[in-house]
Amino acid sequence: MQQLTEYEFPDINGHFGKYGGKYVPETLITPLRELEEIYLSLRNDEEFTNELLKLNKEYSGRPTPLTFADSLTDYYGKGKIYLKREDLCHTGAHKINNALGQILLAKKLGKKRIIAETGAGQHGVATATVCAKFGMKCFIYMGEIDIARQSLNVFRMKLLGAEVIPVKSGSRTLKDATNEAIRDWVTNISDTHYIIGSVVGPHPYPMMVRDFQSVIGKETKQQILEAEKRHPDYIVACVGGGSNAIGIFYPFINSGVKLIGVEAAGYGLDTDKHCATLTLGREGIFQGMKTYLLQNRDGQVSEVHSISAGLDYPGVGPEHSFLKDEVKADYYSVTDDEAIKATQLLSRTEGIIPALESAHAIAYLEYLMPKTKKEDILVVNVSGRGDKDLDTIKNKLGYSLE
Amino acid sequence: MKSISKYIEEKNNIGEKVFSVFLTAGFPNKNNFTQLALKVLDAGADMLEIGFPFSDPLADGTIIQYSSQTALNNGINLKTTFSYLKEIRRETGKPIILMGYANPVLNYGVKRFADDAISYGANGVIIPDIPIEEYDNFYNNSFNGLDTILLITPTTSNDRIKIIDDKSKGFIYCVSVSGTTGVQYQDKSRSIDFIKRARNAVKKNKTLVGFGISSAEDAIQFSPHCDGVIVGSAIIKSLMNDDSNFKNTMSLVSKIKNVL
Ligand SMILES: Cc1ncc(COP(=O)(O)O)c(C=O)c1O
Repeated sequence: MQQLTEYEFPDINGHFGKYGGKYVPETLITPLRELEEIYLSLRNDEEFTNELLKLNKEYSGRPTPLTFADSLTDYYGKGKIYLKREDLCHTGAHKINNALGQILLAKKLGKKRIIAETGAGQHGVATATVCAKFGMKCFIYMGEIDIARQSLNVFRMKLLGAEVIPVKSGSRTLKDATNEAIRDWVTNISDTHYIIGSVVGPHPYPMMVRDFQSVIGKETKQQILEAEKRHPDYIVACVGGGSNAIGIFYPFINSGVKLIGVEAAGYGLDTDKHCATLTLGREGIFQGMKTYLLQNRDGQVSEVHSISAGLDYPGVGPEHSFLKDEVKADYYSVTDDEAIKATQLLSRTEGIIPALESAHAIAYLEYLMPKTKKEDILVVNVSGRGDKDLDTIKNKLGYSLE
Repeated sequence: MKSISKYIEEKNNIGEKVFSVFLTAGFPNKNNFTQLALKVLDAGADMLEIGFPFSDPLADGTIIQYSSQTALNNGINLKTTFSYLKEIRRETGKPIILMGYANPVLNYGVKRFADDAISYGANGVIIPDIPIEEYDNFYNNSFNGLDTILLITPTTSNDRIKIIDDKSKGFIYCVSVSGTTGVQYQDKSRSIDFIKRARNAVKKNKTLVGFGISSAEDAIQFSPHCDGVIVGSAIIKSLMNDDSNFKNTMSLVSKIKNVL
């Protein structure tokens, strides 16, 4: 039940096959190399890993449970559905796993000022949280549109002592917040560490964030072996940048488990209002990486849409592009409406209100469950809780909760 | 057509530093961009850098972000950029360099881009998000005949400058301060120290200084330590509020050239 064949990516240059890499202005090469060196020297260092383990346990509340969803299982009457409960992490989403790892690195690097981008605000909240805990100055870039639709999280960040900087450029969402954060970093590299929020950007970020998030998959492996004495048949996770997905996939790559990533189809794949990057994008170079990208004929990055701010991104982590091309994972998409329905379903069957991002993973069960057999075992990653989305859901449902 | 390095050398040999001006293709107007470019050359620019726009220009500050967005709104793409290039080349023998991000080039086809750029009369290309780490993969030897100009910054070590110097063709673009284009100097003497260090470490190429140079005063301070200067954001900013003959911009161009 180990990984069947070796999977050692990225290579030393940060490439996952032809994807990944370091497509950045020269100014960033030196700080990226410093980050890589310190990370590689610490990733197997006992003191460092113990410190992170302790924080994960005593501060964040790990391990998160693996919950057998008996009512949801009954509802479909097919395979057994388990939920990996990242919604129960401190701050309410998996984003804290990465933020804790990176704040420790920032401390080792002697950086005093932390910047981050955020879409749904979960990564912003996680970063503001670890900055409060570690006494660092914190600046969060957030698109104006996202500030409006995730106002509760904006308030949380401020309460935690962070400064939230509204981004007015481009589509005023996650991609533009990321551009601004990178520009800030280029300008303030000497005292600043950039805590990127997903498995995106230049090497070593996609590798490093994956490693910090793979705690999800490691726990899942142990928990499912305890509960069922075997690996699951399917693992399902939503994909924005792809960090919760790669976090739960990683320990299962090449082990025969079907890995399924679910992207946001927004208003539908036949409209231009979606962000199904792996489904409809093609190879591009964007924000420091080569990866699948939603773009027009001229290579201009598309304006994308999802009801879920955390998935509203035209790129995707380069490792997912690689896993897709190598057919080591499969990627599908569900619409805004399907995600809203799934939110209601999980709330009523299991008493768990998922984040709209996570609801995309749940929604895919409509397609997957009919194909499963009773003896099949599924794990769905509930990457976060839905409190932040209540306004959006309320508006979408027109207050008419019949 | 002379090579870029030869052109710079000849200018330097007669006691002049070169002055390179950055313009965004199709900015501020789509219709008279070629005339604007030719006026800039007449007013004293020795070289032109023509920026082709990208939706997510992460090495650029607000001014060039604005000109890129305007260009995109004006419908500028690589094809229209090449048609400007062709028109400008017809009227001048001075070096012309294309500058922009990797993704539009990747989309156009890297080899096709190089072939077209050469046939329409470009001498070189600057792609700031292709550092030496990705150089071989990206250019894949398809840029023969088109100089690939690489950048160094205050964070670039001397050892690394040597490697970049080896690969760069045309000249080396010295970014005088860590930041995006149009960045303000916090401490100009540190920038000058870096330019001195850079010039010492660069053996093969000529060095041109850019990012942050906005006036004749800046040009006077940097020019003793380099082979030329590049001005972008200050020109674009001037174009944002200029009259239809670009009078203020042309006087800025002549003023800077006069001190070099
Ligand atoms: C709860 C939750 N799930 C998923 C995501 C999407 O990010 P990723 O694909 O990196 O997991 C976000 C992003 O904000 C999120 O808040």
